[in-house]
Amino acid sequence: MFESLSERFEGIFARLRSRGALSEADVDEVLREIRLALLEADVNFKVVRDLLTRIRERCVGLDLSKSLSPGQQVIKTVHEELIGILGGETLRITYASKPPTVILLAGLQGAGKTTVAGKLGRWFRQAGRQPLLAGADLQRPAAVEQLRVLGGQAGVPVFSQPTDPVAVAVAARAEAERLGRDVLIVDTAGRVTVDADLMDEVRRVSEAVRPDYTFLVVDAMIGQESVTTAEAFHATLALDGVILTKLDGDARGGAALSIKEVVGRPVAFASTGEKQEDFDVFHPDRMASRILGMGDVLTLIEKAEQSYDQEVAEKAAAALQQGRFTLEDFLEQLQQVKKMGPLQSILGMMPGMPKELKNANIEDSEVARVEAIIRSMTTAERREPDLINGSRRLRIAQGSGTDTKDVNQLLKQFKEMQKMMQPLMAVTGGRVGKGKKKGGRGGGRVTPKGAIAGMRELRKMQAMGGMEGLTGPDGKLDPEALSGLAGAGGPGGLDSIRESLGLPSPGQRGR
Amino acid sequence: MTLVVVVVLLAVFVMVVGGAVLVRSRRYPELEPPDIEVAAAPLVAADHDLLPPPVVTPEEAAAVEAEALAVLDLGIEPDDVPIQPAGAVDTVPVPDLDVPEAPPLTARPRIRDRLGKARGLITGYVGSVLSRSGIDDSSWDDIEEALIRADVGVATTGNLIDSLRQRVKSESLDTPEQLLSALRDQLKSDLAVEDRRLHLAETGTNVWLFVGVNGVGKTTTIGKLGLRHVAEGNRVVMAAGDTFRAAAAEQLETWAERVGADLVRGAEGGDPGAVVFDAVQRAAARGADLVLADTAGRLHTKVNLMEELRKVHRVAQREPGVVSEVLLVIDATTGQNGLTQAREFAEAVGVTGVVLTKLDGTAKGGIVLAIQAELGIPVKLVGVGEGPEDLIDFDPDEFVDALFAA
Repeated sequence: MFESLSERFEGIFARLRSRGALSEADVDEVLREIRLALLEADVNFKVVRDLLTRIRERCVGLDLSKSLSPGQQVIKTVHEELIGILGGETLRITYASKPPTVILLAGLQGAGKTTVAGKLGRWFRQAGRQPLLAGADLQRPAAVEQLRVLGGQAGVPVFSQPTDPVAVAVAARAEAERLGRDVLIVDTAGRVTVDADLMDEVRRVSEAVRPDYTFLVVDAMIGQESVTTAEAFHATLALDGVILTKLDGDARGGAALSIKEVVGRPVAFASTGEKQEDFDVFHPDRMASRILGMGDVLTLIEKAEQSYDQEVAEKAAAALQQGRFTLEDFLEQLQQVKKMGPLQSILGMMPGMPKELKNANIEDSEVARVEAIIRSMTTAERREPDLINGSRRLRIAQGSGTDTKDVNQLLKQFKEMQKMMQPLMAVTGGRVGKGKKKGGRGGGRVTPKGAIAGMRELRKMQAMGGMEGLTGPDGKLDPEALSGLAGAGGPGGLDSIRESLGLPSPGQRGR
Repeated sequence: MTLVVVVVLLAVFVMVVGGAVLVRSRRYPELEPPDIEVAAAPLVAADHDLLPPPVVTPEEAAAVEAEALAVLDLGIEPDDVPIQPAGAVDTVPVPDLDVPEAPPLTARPRIRDRLGKARGLITGYVGSVLSRSGIDDSSWDDIEEALIRADVGVATTGNLIDSLRQRVKSESLDTPEQLLSALRDQLKSDLAVEDRRLHLAETGTNVWLFVGVNGVGKTTTIGKLGLRHVAEGNRVVMAAGDTFRAAAAEQLETWAERVGADLVRGAEGGDPGAVVFDAVQRAAARGADLVLADTAGRLHTKVNLMEELRKVHRVAQREPGVVSEVLLVIDATTGQNGLTQAREFAEAVGVTGVVLTKLDGTAKGGIVLAIQAELGIPVKLVGVGEGPEDLIDFDPDEFVDALFAA
């Protein structure tokens, strides 16, 4: 439903290719699209308004005469503006001179405070600390029980008593001191900001336990309410930062932007799943991309990094470069991609995927069927599908439990794909990996220059609306568009991607 | 076979990116977490539990029961209700149902009362519109802003305003009062639905399945609904279908005890379908009227979890189970993602109604307009607090009036 910003800009900028700079009217149109995107991302209404004023100034000043992709330039500007807001100071935990360092968690019901408490416990333990968890949520049935279980999983002790939240906090602090624990994490009950009594209660908890850090735990899917909530909690508790949860969903998370703008406190941590390991410091650049609907490219890269066998990746890159990509390579890639997780969610992370592909319910059975067919081929057949005549087709069909129709279809589609990939291979060939060398990890010949060229291709794809820019009306890859890749694109967002990945700029040696 | 296209695209994409991957991974060797020595047993202070352990003596049970009843203010004297100790892991048996007729619950809260504290925002816009002499651009801006601030969403707001503009033209409206009145009417009619009841089939064992993402209030809603039905004289079985979250079954168990419902639970990490199936069997065996089945919160983006949910739904329908309601629980503070949630869950298991929770903290929940408009799924219940009685039937007129009351 939410088209990517770049797709939206496509229309606007297609008309502008002849002109250089943006006229006022053009800027207005562009700003309208940005406003739409931000509101759909749940960024607060007022924050959007203020933001647009700033972006407008920057856009009008943009000299796009030399840019081959003004859309990309504008997106980059907006992206930078968002990173500027979200980034800035990253919160680093400074431990109290006299332990324990006390962390207080507050927020609305269901935000994920208790789960975060457990994760923080684990996080601090991994950092070499000795945390203690305090269960001061005496309101929600079995909340303390839940914290006990999580504490057990994290290897962190849990303290509570059936008295009242303030008393628990005070006693927990005393206990932490007694036991020599140097970090105390206090979980509190969820509360609505309009409940004066409960807001007063959390204030008293804070006064009693004197936290070194107070974090507001916020659900990434929260809407316009984010600002009211943050302001109220900030007024009561003087927040130090925000912890954003449930980022593994597809909510764009505009709340992060709103809260930072209005309350001035950074997002300190990001919780990205239900497991305790799914917890990390916050990445402003990724959030900016996500809010703009640019797909979580960097998460995708990470997943690939984790699951893609480097040797296989290099081998395939080499194959691409040499202009050949066989069914055998395809099978290998399929294995790797399967390791990255459910295809559906991977698709979800790719920027500008055409809706049909994104929503295409890729059944496991389909994957299995394709695999079976290829496995029923001999190595020779995989490398040279033209060998496959009638009798071989039959054999393959029988061997894989399918029928010749399926085999034919696979071969046909694959052949078409190979044709489509020719121009793309020409573009990437010779840059991503040079030749093969026996050797394991780290033996790749990928140079920083090659990597940067790879990133350039990526940015081009994104600017052109991602994959959608590459498909024709029938949903198939358009060879002309692919060759267009080579020519289009500009200096654009290359820098931001490079920066965010910590890659060296050209001219510098990598490492 | 779109699969071929997809995988090749993906592979190409990843390979193109691969260069960066390989460079980066060499620049940032993974940091090993420090080796930490763990004490043999966690150093826990005196292990105080909040609630009495499941197996209690009749005296303790009586005390707890009395306390619970007092909290619920049902006016039932402890002596009237025979107490049974909670049994083994499987079920918490219901006290015999020959109790004196329970007096009606305290009058159900009205939305307006509960939203009272949270009203300020929309009221401000209403005031602004009314402060002008006629209907001008600022009026429309105010309305647009009010709707967006209520999480109605850009698209739905746009449609609403288009309709309103047409109406203003065709009916020649010119005062702000008329404009606001027209807006109220429009919202009410957009939310109008013929059948908003919670359905119960005539035959079979009724199951109401509760689904939704994490933290929205499924378990609490089940507790409240359980109370309502038990108070009406029904026998209710709660199924602790959340076998994933730590202490989820304990949470539901507390509610079951509070309201006087049976509970069926399984082992943590066990098969949720099995728990629901068990619950249905038990309900049928005991002639219970309704099974309220809890499920684990799950993000709709997780394919395998949605598949698991489909399975639970299928299992719940095995004889004699009849899934007469699939209720999607949505947090009223949710933004535009609420629509995506509704869409995905509807596609997976077919949602029959929405429960909008936590409305006490916010005068919003506008996403339900989009859900109704696009998916035709009505809001059936509204949660307005954490207490057992904080549940009301959704009434669009009340809902809209409360939003715009000056």
